[in-house]
Amino acid sequence: MVQVKVKLFATFRTNREKEMMMDLTQGSTPKDVIEHLNIPAEEVAIILINGIHQKLDTPLKDDDTLALFPPVGGG
Amino acid sequence: MNKFIRVNMTTLKVTTEEVPAKYAGLGGRALTSNFVADEVKPTCHALGKNNKIIFAPGLLSGTSAPNSGRLSVGAKSPLTGTIKESNTGGSFSQKMAKMGIKAFVIEGMPTDDKFYVIKIDMNGVTVEEAPTEILGGCGNYEAIRILSEKYGEKVGIGVAGPAGENRLPSANISFKDPEGNIRSAGRGGLGAVLGSKKVKAIVIDDTGAERVSIADPEKFKAASKVFAKAILDHPVSGQGLAAYGTTVLVNILNEAGGLPANNFTAGRIDHNDNISGETLNATITERGGDGKVSHGCHAGCIMRCSQWYPDKNGKYITSGFEYETIWGLGADAGIQNLDDIAYCDREMDDIGIDSIETAVAIAAAMEGGLIPWGDGKAALEAIKEIRKPTPLGRIIGSGTAVVGKTCGLYRTPVVKDQAIPAYDPRSVKGIGLTYATSTMGADHTAGYCISGNILKIGADIDPLKKDGQIEYSRAMQIGTAAVDSTGMCLFVYFGVADNPGGYQALIDMINAQYGINLTSEDVDKLGESVLKVERAFNKAAGFTNAHDRLPEFFEYEPCPPHNAVWDFTPEEIDEVYAFENEEATNC
Repeated sequence: MVQVKVKLFATFRTNREKEMMMDLTQGSTPKDVIEHLNIPAEEVAIILINGIHQKLDTPLKDDDTLALFPPVGGG
Repeated sequence: MNKFIRVNMTTLKVTTEEVPAKYAGLGGRALTSNFVADEVKPTCHALGKNNKIIFAPGLLSGTSAPNSGRLSVGAKSPLTGTIKESNTGGSFSQKMAKMGIKAFVIEGMPTDDKFYVIKIDMNGVTVEEAPTEILGGCGNYEAIRILSEKYGEKVGIGVAGPAGENRLPSANISFKDPEGNIRSAGRGGLGAVLGSKKVKAIVIDDTGAERVSIADPEKFKAASKVFAKAILDHPVSGQGLAAYGTTVLVNILNEAGGLPANNFTAGRIDHNDNISGETLNATITERGGDGKVSHGCHAGCIMRCSQWYPDKNGKYITSGFEYETIWGLGADAGIQNLDDIAYCDREMDDIGIDSIETAVAIAAAMEGGLIPWGDGKAALEAIKEIRKPTPLGRIIGSGTAVVGKTCGLYRTPVVKDQAIPAYDPRSVKGIGLTYATSTMGADHTAGYCISGNILKIGADIDPLKKDGQIEYSRAMQIGTAAVDSTGMCLFVYFGVADNPGGYQALIDMINAQYGINLTSEDVDKLGESVLKVERAFNKAAGFTNAHDRLPEFFEYEPCPPHNAVWDFTPEEIDEVYAFENEEATNC
């Protein structure tokens, strides 16, 4: 098992906790997390693991922080 | 649009001419920068009689094109010593365009001490003495109210606040928005230029003006529809900006480790959720009253990234409460209370001082021991001193570079004496190249590499690596110079960056309005030409490639959590503007 901190932002917070700890099986990816949270994959624009941009299929490690964002912008 | 108006403040004479042929096809930044390069002596003192200030609507301003109401203001900057184009929302640009005014120039300066109001209407231009009640510390909210009462509720207004009257290098020009609140041509101290010319305010009344003429109305309408759809269909420009405002960026930059904190000593904070866009939205919604989650800064804005932020009793505090201001006070100066930041924002708008420059200056003043770290109440008191101005007020109102020198700091985040905004160049390397090389001094809007580095809109580039950044910053700076010439809000970029049809529709609107046939290559060339003109001015003013550098501390102070440093070599940085000599080679 790996334990991962999951952080959600913007519209992903609607009806969900903004931050949670998740126990996942070895080899789990952000794709597994968003499926578990019922977030459609096409709505995920930015995936950060420990502050680094990653893809849906990047394997998660123990103690990782996963941040998920819908499309956001400003400036 | 064919009128070219000049007001000479030495003689108080007004001249209205046909627009010179060389400026006929230009608008916005292309026009202001070409004019400044042609007529302002590059080595002049920005607050002396030889500087000139020019106001120009964009090519599409005044039409029904969505988000086309931005105004460009140009002059030599008293903050940076470079050429400057600062642009703003409000209703000024659209009124100028409808009145057929291509540009409005103020030159010379009076020898006496009186302040004036310039009034523009369909009968012409008059120069009147400013009412005494709007002078000497009167805030912009009150000045706009008094001027609207005197000249009419619907007039457009641009005003130099107390900071501009006192010629402080970070004074902005504040513009009345559709509800009588404030938008700003914020950066580079153009309010001080207005103040130096003893112009307190410019009032514009478009009563009796006709519609902007369109060469091919059907084609224009069709293109406008495609363009509007591109903006509204994109999740950022269509929904995200309206819901969370620009401060939605707090959390993404914080997670990515690029949110400069405590005067650029870290890239992440713990109290991010106190100041995030999510919290801004929830607070406004919960408080109700005057609060508005979304609001447009000019008529015809369909993105509505602005908002009205109310106090606990629902009473309006401030609007246009932007990410960079909230970041500067909330992360860089460590103020954890969003209400404290809102009162500072209101005060800066009321005094007429750039809220980016001043927020970064406040953080530097905290490092320098002038204000306690993270103390929102003390920060507000310090900002209030700019209104008077006390010596401390003058120091903070002179910007980050002056605060850094006054306090003996080496860690002074500026390029060409303009404060570095809300994205750390060590952990978002693309934006560092824009800060270093922009003709404007450090300016995120001059080539917004955050888009492809962090937001993954329009490109996908690793923010922590150098690969692809030189080309990207160059392309973004060129594209921005072109968009700044159209009167379009820069955020239209989010709608068209990954939508070629949307971008083509923007060009089609310009073609339909003027009966011309620009291609996207022509638009790129326009952007390049603007940058070349600006670079040439800066060179003649004494700037060299050695000025296109970030402060040294970025090279040796790693930025946590990624512990990244700034590692572009001077030669690599200089490649960003490699195109500037291309024409000479071709000849």
